[in-house]
Amino acid sequence: MKLPIRVTVNGAAQAHEVEPRLLLVHYLRDVLGLTGTHVGCDTSQCGACTVLVDGAAVKSCTVLAVQTDGCEITTIEGLAELGPPPPTPSPQEGAGASPQPAPASSSPLSPQGGEGGRGERGLHPLQQAFWDQHGLQCGYCTPGMIMAAYDLLRQQPQPSEEEIRHGLEGVLCRCTGYQHIVAAVQQAAEQLRARTAPAK
Amino acid sequence: MVLSRTVGASIKRREDPRLVTGQGQYVDDVRLPGTLYMAFVRSPHAHARLGRIDTSAALQQPGVVAAFRHADCDLVLTTHAALNPQKPPPPHPVLAHDKVRFVGEAVAMVLADDRYVARDAADLVEVEYEPLPAAASMQAALAEGAPLVHDDFPGNVYLKMERNQGDWDEARRQAARVVRLDIFNQRVNSLPMEPRAALAEYRRYDDTLTLWSSNQVPHTLRSEVAKLLGMAESRVRVIAPDVGGGFGSKLNVYPEEVLTAWAAKRLGRPVKWVEERRESLLTLSHGRGQIDEIEAAVAADGKILGLRARVVGDLGAHLLLFTALIPVLTINMLVGPYDIPVVASELTEVFTHCAPTDAHRGAGRPEATFLLERLMDRIAAELGLDPADVRRRNFVQPGQFPYTSVVGSVYDSGNYPAALDKALQAVGYEQLRAEQRRLREQGRYLGIGLGSYVELTGVGPSRGFGAPVWEAAVVRAEPDGTVTVISGAPSQGQGHETSFAQIVAGELGVPFESVRVLTGDTAVGVTGIGTFGSRSMPVAGGAIAGAAARVREKALQVAAALLEAAPADLEYRDGQALVRGQPGKAVTFQQIANAAYAAFMLPPEIEPGLEATMFFDPPNMTYPFGTHVCVVEVDPRSGAVQILRFVAVDDAGRIINPLLAAGQIHGGIAQGIGQALYEEIVYDDEGQLQTASLMDYALPTADKVPHFELDRTETPGTTNPLGAKGIGEAGTIGSTPAVVNAVLDALLPFGVTHIDMPLKPERIWRAIRGRSAAGQDAAVVAAAEEAPGTAEPSHVPPGQEGR
Repeated sequence: MKLPIRVTVNGAAQAHEVEPRLLLVHYLRDVLGLTGTHVGCDTSQCGACTVLVDGAAVKSCTVLAVQTDGCEITTIEGLAELGPPPPTPSPQEGAGASPQPAPASSSPLSPQGGEGGRGERGLHPLQQAFWDQHGLQCGYCTPGMIMAAYDLLRQQPQPSEEEIRHGLEGVLCRCTGYQHIVAAVQQAAEQLRARTAPAK
Repeated sequence: MVLSRTVGASIKRREDPRLVTGQGQYVDDVRLPGTLYMAFVRSPHAHARLGRIDTSAALQQPGVVAAFRHADCDLVLTTHAALNPQKPPPPHPVLAHDKVRFVGEAVAMVLADDRYVARDAADLVEVEYEPLPAAASMQAALAEGAPLVHDDFPGNVYLKMERNQGDWDEARRQAARVVRLDIFNQRVNSLPMEPRAALAEYRRYDDTLTLWSSNQVPHTLRSEVAKLLGMAESRVRVIAPDVGGGFGSKLNVYPEEVLTAWAAKRLGRPVKWVEERRESLLTLSHGRGQIDEIEAAVAADGKILGLRARVVGDLGAHLLLFTALIPVLTINMLVGPYDIPVVASELTEVFTHCAPTDAHRGAGRPEATFLLERLMDRIAAELGLDPADVRRRNFVQPGQFPYTSVVGSVYDSGNYPAALDKALQAVGYEQLRAEQRRLREQGRYLGIGLGSYVELTGVGPSRGFGAPVWEAAVVRAEPDGTVTVISGAPSQGQGHETSFAQIVAGELGVPFESVRVLTGDTAVGVTGIGTFGSRSMPVAGGAIAGAAARVREKALQVAAALLEAAPADLEYRDGQALVRGQPGKAVTFQQIANAAYAAFMLPPEIEPGLEATMFFDPPNMTYPFGTHVCVVEVDPRSGAVQILRFVAVDDAGRIINPLLAAGQIHGGIAQGIGQALYEEIVYDDEGQLQTASLMDYALPTADKVPHFELDRTETPGTTNPLGAKGIGEAGTIGSTPAVVNAVLDALLPFGVTHIDMPLKPERIWRAIRGRSAAGQDAAVVAAAEEAPGTAEPSHVPPGQEGR
């Protein structure tokens, strides 16, 4: 038995019939061919599969594809188009519900300047920061780490080092020892803050 | 070599744009039409006789294409370091035959056109087992009458090796004291974030096989697959694409990789196997696993007169590629950075009914460093000396290099006191000791731990090592003057595409951007060995620098023809060949490359083209070193450890890219902290793995590691053209003893002399109370007992404790 689902993934509408047991991560990878989202464990510990569902970070190995029927999903492949995280009045409101990530073009927080204000080669400030700060080595955890960092900055635009470390403890990295990841998130936060500060 | 702005520069990695955008390509990201997914049936018993295997129910499932057992595929792996000349290693069939020997050993496999269907169908395979008693630890395997893992190895002993260098008895007689320590160095899992994965495609009419595998040694894998499948090596191509970490665990040829290739050939369809994390914890080679007893004969001033070590190494159930070699590396590094004249060692390698062990970051050397560095602190404690002074008193001195240690290793270069002093200064050692005394009076327990190490990297030469350990490189100028570098050493995150390009850009004086690096594909241009043992810079880098130097020589010949000058009158500088003393008379590397391929301007004695190959077999090992200092506070009420500072001073010779080197050190330290405080593979007495998921196997998370403070000294190595020593493993080697020494330093007032890793709060809590029962410093323990907020150890989930 298969069930129909309609989702928006990285801004594109998708409609498929899927097995009820199909995990979201396998829907993204095997059905849609979005292989940037990785699988690193089978018990929801590693966070390599983290994506945004309606703007909030979700471990896509722990969600059935059918549960996301009607949702907006953003994967690492769609991050650059997404722009900076929208502000959240309080962290509680953000979990699994609105606010919807506003399209980059209409958001008052969307990147400014040429090329949509994005980094080299059109990278999102978080992607640029991970590159600049050597925030990755093998790169396997990186998409999940970046998506988790996006959600962290949504909830906490000016996190301290301790808050970054605490906020990212749900994503495991075996290569970097996390120090350069912390530096990358600090750089991205700084950059996004500078962009969203009111012009003088 | 020609130095330039690129060598030694912190250049951002060119791998990263694809990896941060999800465009990397790991094995499971490769899609081939018609692919079958493979799932394994694995033994639930540590030791059992295999009976009937019934695959009929699995085969009836819609979508299932095939199921195989040993009766269908009886291949036996041939890749293992065989160190016992008297006896061939026990056979290692890719699918268990007759008996299973550890929980997780593959007994059958199912192939289906969907990964979920394959997994479900594997559960329908019925296997008859006759369970047998298991020897699930080294102690159990060495006990009288223990069940045998392999019938041909009585007592479960694969190898026994005794070495007596110098006169231990005499050293003991002269000693003021003999300091003794017993250590259990627990098994850990390398735990690369990408589990293993393999994909194979066989083209029947071309008789060619392509195998994608998440592997550190694609060339070795190719040789074995070709041999076992009866194919010519030239018809087998192995690709290690983006690989999500290895740390030694993918330095191997595994049954599953061979079976993926075998099934693709047998069925004529692409076959993919993607390991689940549970499978990975069960069957990916484990690291460490030693019981070490060490004694030091010491003079009253802390000078070590001799060492005696008894090392028992846990091989697990089978010999993989380097399984039997790892404990030998511990013996080879027994004296570490210290000038110790006498070593008596005894090594016993033992089979157990557990997963095979093999390399894990450091591979044998961390075990040696750990026992030695723990010993240094015990000597200091027993003689009432400062731990830093004991190390200083025993160091090989800077004037002694090249230094031949009593176990026969030749250390190429080093300055151990300099690294120690720099680390002590960076951490503010004297002030910290004062602070420690002050806090103790307030009932707070600060600990300061040192880890001084020397490690052996860039293993070679092949004739000395008894195995191929050269590396090969091609440096090719393309006709437009850009450069392609091909290396046999693939990357699992080290950043070879960047750092190798820096070497060549430096050597040829061409822009970094014009150099492209290809690795990880046996069909692309050069053979090779692989990436392990911190060899990428000293060995692969040596081959690359050598090939680039050959290209430069040839470029000078071509330039001489173009400039109508004698080659002896030319010099090569900043990407140009210049005629000495004639300013303006020069050709660029690009012009030279154009001409080398256009060829019509070349004299007959010069071959067209501009490329060179180099096989570099290092004349000897090289020896990175350093000192790590860890500062912790231990809460005696709960046993919790908080790392307050971590200072690492490492010397890896010449550094090609300091940014990437720092990344290697950070990651290495985190893994070393992991072993010290959190990680352990635990089997119960029946050989059931108790840590088969990431809920039970505790990896350090971002909030469990501190900010690292790095510095370095730079003592060039002398056994390769770059003067590089390799940086991949140093972080792990230095950090584990530094952390453990720090915790035990904090616990000195409680009379605790040793706790085996990982130093979980529960163990620390128990150790403090254990000593209390023995009457040690009862007042201190009583104070701890009375303190509020005492944690109940039984409520602390294993491995999940906070700092």
